Amino acid sequence: MARMKFLCDTERCIECNGCVTACKNENETPWGVNRRRVVTVNDGVPGERSVSVACMHCSDAPCMAVCPTDCFYKTEEGVVLHNKDACIGCGYCFFACPFGAPQFPNGPAAFGARGKMDKCTFCAGGPEENGSKAEFEKYGRNRLAEGKLPLCAEMCSTKALLAGDAPVISDIYRERVMRRGKAGEAWGWNTAYGKPEQAAPAAKEAAK
Amino acid sequence: MKKALFLVLTVTVGLVACGEYSQVPNYKQGNYQGKSDVRPWEGEKFAGNKQAWENALRARNQGQTEYNRIK
Repeated sequence: MARMKFLCDTERCIECNGCVTACKNENETPWGVNRRRVVTVNDGVPGERSVSVACMHCSDAPCMAVCPTDCFYKTEEGVVLHNKDACIGCGYCFFACPFGAPQFPNGPAAFGARGKMDKCTFCAGGPEENGSKAEFEKYGRNRLAEGKLPLCAEMCSTKALLAGDAPVISDIYRERVMRRGKAGEAWGWNTAYGKPEQAAPAAKEAAK
Repeated sequence: MKKALFLVLTVTVGLVACGEYSQVPNYKQGNYQGKSDVRPWEGEKFAGNKQAWENALRARNQGQTEYNRIK
């Protein structure tokens, strides 16, 4: 199994916000926290495009690099997750993220009133027992452990938002481009996946 | 004698504060030190069967392309 990725085909996105609603409902995120949202660029003018944005689970994730408590980790499938028990709510990850993925629900944390950071988990839960109540309350639903893909992508009516194994979704996108004869913009793809894969901590230690 | 005892007690009480240990967590830069997570196929549904999990995910992946339905 290769790396898990998101791909938003802007040629297809119709700004229905189905992905946003699906995510919010599935993960029961609190008021003010939208793990995924639809951004429209060039609104109302020719060339208008809508993009569904959430955590892209970057190859070399900036949030992981700046976190002062190192509460982020990357799974074998390439999903960037974090441990809310270690998060101090400092907000550094929010400033580092090029996609504005980290969300703060307002609540108690070590710094100020932002609360512990919340973000898209690729519907993979977090560092709690798979499918447990504790996992759901802290991180939302763990669909990956149920053999399912993130609900935002599975609910997408036009299949603009693709999620899953990198080679598979790349092939799906490539086939679309061939058939319609136009390469849209795989938005954020280079920003998120253009850098080399971040080495696992064990490999880093060995390299020292 | 009393003077010596007083001196010993003062020094003992005075040095107790020096025994205070640091209460600041010692973070090691660049390494995740939180709880370990289990892998997706190690849950209740797949019970460690990675192959079955991969197959389930592959089927879901392919479900995203409508061209498969019209072939």
